[in-house]
Amino acid sequence: MVETTLFSLLHGLALWIGEVAQWLIKVTGIKEIQFIGDWAVTGGPVNFLTILLVCAIFMVAALLVGITCIWQERKVLGRIMDRRGTQVGMLGLFQNFADAIKTLLKELIIPRDADKKLFMWSVTGLIGSSVLLLGLVPWSTRFFVANPELTLLIGLAVFSLAPFFIMIGGWASNNKYSMIGAMRGAAQLIAYEIPILMVVLSIIIMTGSLNFNVIVAFQQTHMWLMFPLFIGFITFFVCGIAESERVPFDLPEAEAELVEGWQTEYGSIQWGLIMMADYLRAYVVSALITVLFLGGWDGPTFLWPEVWYLIKVFFVFFIMIWVRSATVRIRTDQLLKIGWKRLLPLSVVNLGIAVVMKAMGWF
Amino acid sequence: MTEMWVNMGPQHPMTHGLWSLRVKINGEIITDAEPMIGYLHRGWEKMMENRDYHQIVPLADRLCYASSLSWSHLYCKTVEDLLELEVPERAQWIRTLTLEIQRIASHLMWLAAIGTDLGSYTMFLLPMREREMFLDLMTDLSGSRMTTNYPRIGGVRNDLPPNWERDTLRVLNLFEKRLREFEALFDECSAFLMRTKGVGKLSGPEAINLGMTGPFMRGCNVDFDLRRDDPYEKYSEVDFRVCTHPDCDSYARYRVRIDEMYESCNIIRQCFQKMKQGPVRVKSPKAVPAGRAFAHVEDPRGEGLMYLISDGSDKPYRLKVRSPIFVIVSGMPAALIGEKVADIPAIMGMADMCLGETDR
Repeated sequence: MVETTLFSLLHGLALWIGEVAQWLIKVTGIKEIQFIGDWAVTGGPVNFLTILLVCAIFMVAALLVGITCIWQERKVLGRIMDRRGTQVGMLGLFQNFADAIKTLLKELIIPRDADKKLFMWSVTGLIGSSVLLLGLVPWSTRFFVANPELTLLIGLAVFSLAPFFIMIGGWASNNKYSMIGAMRGAAQLIAYEIPILMVVLSIIIMTGSLNFNVIVAFQQTHMWLMFPLFIGFITFFVCGIAESERVPFDLPEAEAELVEGWQTEYGSIQWGLIMMADYLRAYVVSALITVLFLGGWDGPTFLWPEVWYLIKVFFVFFIMIWVRSATVRIRTDQLLKIGWKRLLPLSVVNLGIAVVMKAMGWF
Repeated sequence: MTEMWVNMGPQHPMTHGLWSLRVKINGEIITDAEPMIGYLHRGWEKMMENRDYHQIVPLADRLCYASSLSWSHLYCKTVEDLLELEVPERAQWIRTLTLEIQRIASHLMWLAAIGTDLGSYTMFLLPMREREMFLDLMTDLSGSRMTTNYPRIGGVRNDLPPNWERDTLRVLNLFEKRLREFEALFDECSAFLMRTKGVGKLSGPEAINLGMTGPFMRGCNVDFDLRRDDPYEKYSEVDFRVCTHPDCDSYARYRVRIDEMYESCNIIRQCFQKMKQGPVRVKSPKAVPAGRAFAHVEDPRGEGLMYLISDGSDKPYRLKVRSPIFVIVSGMPAALIGEKVADIPAIMGMADMCLGETDR
């Protein structure tokens, strides 16, 4: 039996929409446009419509998960700090929407001496690249947008666009804090991408593929990669926290010394989008850890695989919140020192372990 | 890269209050620093020349919102010195223990502030929560939370309310447990140790030279405390340790304050054991004789000093305040130069800024 994917499910709907269009055109009785109706039920338009529907559903689902991450962070932090996180609506679930409306209603201020076009476009680029990431990580073998062979590579390539936009945004603000924050941010993101790539390389060696489905299938037949590649798992987790700019690595927005770092001049919806992008990236990091190390949607069959996936993602995110609540922000030079002198060697060791295990034929 | 001046303040998240720090940075290294105050100047000293002695007591509270009691106590003590007034014994005990409660509350506010400075919001909220217990005690005692207005010239306003001793001891027991939690949050967090150890080095002689006092100076390994070396009230009759730390860096200053909070709990317990029933206030005249008087006490932030010149009328001729933070902040460039921009909160936070008394 061919498994029902989101695509094949929606393909029928798209075909039905095409047929409705064909019928509507037929009842007009105009001979000259009949060919449009016939064209609407052919493969091309139906596939296109299906992909659009898949994207829409997946995006809404992923964004809702992103919002849930924010809610989860506020709730868990509230519990740890002995206060209420959110209170609006049932379990405070509507707080984020209230905050979003408040953010939207604020005036959009662009500094007089800023480079206006770059100032606006850097936010667009940042949120664009972050949202693009959402579509790349599948939730299960049936709930995904695209499934190219090199998904992991594309994902990391898109992920590493951020320093570019941060640098542009910080420079265009024409503000000393922004500039220093942007340089710090770029240095941090570039430094921590290399260990991430090394760890991913070890996963590629173990599983022999860059495709998330194959990676998860490998873990289902063998074991979760967290156990053989434990060093890599820890390295990836630490780098992931740094890449999503969270405490203790939230240096680009260190408010105590640099006001808000590179985002000092951004307000209103631009700030909202930047914050949303931050959380989306944190979600993507959690999702990557889940898929690469925790067996993705692997789990007992009494729950849907998507549910297992979400449980694991939220668990990883919970650990990130825990770390955030327990530590303080570290300094730039210390951060780079950790990145280059600790995490990079660890990732190389991890790579060596993966190579040895593969060469000995244990996997 | 060329050097540039960066303004930290007056509207900057690092500044606890209205003041500014201009730093000249070369990349991330601070090459020059210039603290600037004057944004909060209220003309407090001049204002006092138009009020009679009893009207000044509530205004002395306003010198520092974080430790108001120690400033009104200092004022009362100065006037008592001039009047040569003997404060009843019970009032002295009550003053001693309320000063220590105020010290804990003030240090907790510093702990919260250093938490936000270093990016740990947990460390902001938890000490603020504990501080509330001590503010509740002060509310029971005096009727207000922050500007307590409790000492009076010649004693204190009222005796301890019923059950206050029991409540205080309960709070102390709970607080010592919580304090150990805070220690666990900071002392066992390697990120915190990385941020504070070896940062803002200032040797003992340098600190003395710059006129620094209080926990900041004791964090520079200077063994000096007015409570022990020039005892006032009943400090000579209680046992306590003057907390110092040999590291002379930001971590040492953190450690000194945490230890001081333990010591304060200790002092309060001893006060309750040793105090006896009796009057808490004597009558004081409205006008004071002509002359000069000065008193200095160990404020939570350092040595607070008031110098009073009286011309024999019911208003002070001159009332000069020496605030500890004014001196510490003036000397801060010595600790800042050569460090990194990211260290400014870790160094300045340890000064425990309170602008009310600094700018006056």
